[in-house]
Amino acid sequence: MERTTIDLWFGAFVTAGFVALLVLALKVGNLGAERATETYRVEARFDNIGGLKIRGPVRSAGVLVGRVADIRFDNERYQANVTLALDQRYSFPKDTSAAIQTSGLLGETYVGLEAGGDDKKLVAGDRIQITQSAVVLERLINQFLFSKAQEDAPAKPAAAPAASPPSAPAPAPSGAAVAK
Amino acid sequence: MSARPRLERRNRIRRPIATLGRRMIDGIWRVGTITRFFTLVLGSSGTSFARFRLVMREVYFSGVLSLVIIVVSGLFIGMVLGLQGFETLQKYGATESIGVLVALSLVRELGPVVAGLLFASRAGSAITAEIGLMKVTEQLSAMDMMAVSPMARVIAPRFWAGVISMPLLSALFAAMGVFGGYVVAVVILGVDNGAFWSQMQAAVDFRYDVLNGVVKSVVFGFAITVIATFEGYDAPPTAEGVSRATTRTVVSSALTVLALDLVLTAFMLRNQG
Repeated sequence: MERTTIDLWFGAFVTAGFVALLVLALKVGNLGAERATETYRVEARFDNIGGLKIRGPVRSAGVLVGRVADIRFDNERYQANVTLALDQRYSFPKDTSAAIQTSGLLGETYVGLEAGGDDKKLVAGDRIQITQSAVVLERLINQFLFSKAQEDAPAKPAAAPAASPPSAPAPAPSGAAVAK
Repeated sequence: MSARPRLERRNRIRRPIATLGRRMIDGIWRVGTITRFFTLVLGSSGTSFARFRLVMREVYFSGVLSLVIIVVSGLFIGMVLGLQGFETLQKYGATESIGVLVALSLVRELGPVVAGLLFASRAGSAITAEIGLMKVTEQLSAMDMMAVSPMARVIAPRFWAGVISMPLLSALFAAMGVFGGYVVAVVILGVDNGAFWSQMQAAVDFRYDVLNGVVKSVVFGFAITVIATFEGYDAPPTAEGVSRATTRTVVSSALTVLALDLVLTAFMLRNQG
């Protein structure tokens, strides 16, 4: 079969296109070393996973050691059942604890693993027993406001009669409003 | 005496409504015709693969000759994204995230869409003009006369060439754009090289970002070439008809690409996570 210049151009064009795709996959995307490694799966139950997503990172000591493989709602315990796919290269003691954490104040949510002191290691299918839920910022603020109100509430009735004895009905509603 | 003005008044109301109705029915008619044309092209695609040289020749004309405009615009758009992103991110002290910004916007959106728009105006209009002129000079009917199907010999190879070229051009566009962003951000503005690439790699997912971009560009390739070949094949055989068909190709491919992009993006984002 004779060669033509069209063949050369076609070949060059297709090669360039696939090289560009490869660059996008390997250099720009994450199809590098991360996916090639073998993983093993362990489970963990959380009361509240906050903003955790499937494929979210699992970190230990700040290092990426796996990814969140699956998130389900356990309808018997009313908890979230999270499956973690951990890198085969890393092994953790059986009494490792898992916590839902956030990088920075508004950063991404991840699962943080803290190694325990057990001799036995976690194997595929195990369940992490000690877990800590996500810190929900709104709840934290609510609790703070509530405890502030609690501090103020006992002080108010004590202070109010001393300051203005004649206007007795006034402090009662305001004290109730603050406590709420 | 009062009959004539009343008739005129009635016509003044009627005519725009009639025009609007005609336009709509015309549009629906065209959708049906294009669909029939599309199945006809698919049905007579056998020759294109049996004699692949026909397709390769068209890939040369629509793909290889579009390389210059795609590569140069990709580079410029990447550079502009780098400059603009740097300006904004600097306010939040997050200039390292510029790699993420440039790569995600190029791979997800700008690569397929802008490459599609450029491809429609560079190659789509050429396809329409060529086929339209073949019709004007009665080359298509001459082929029919010689028992050579113009669908299989002329239309289908151009169609498949466009479908093959589009994803490759879009990938090249995105890769050049990322390179342009790298040049501006790292080489000129001094963003840290390691952070630029590592943040980009952490944020860009192969399946959800890169492959979805490829899917988009394939869909756009189908849409643009169907419109371009149909407009050429359907053009009235006059000089004015061909010129109008060429304009219509560019306008309706651009609108179709943007509308399809909205629909595809909505689907892709919903399926994610």
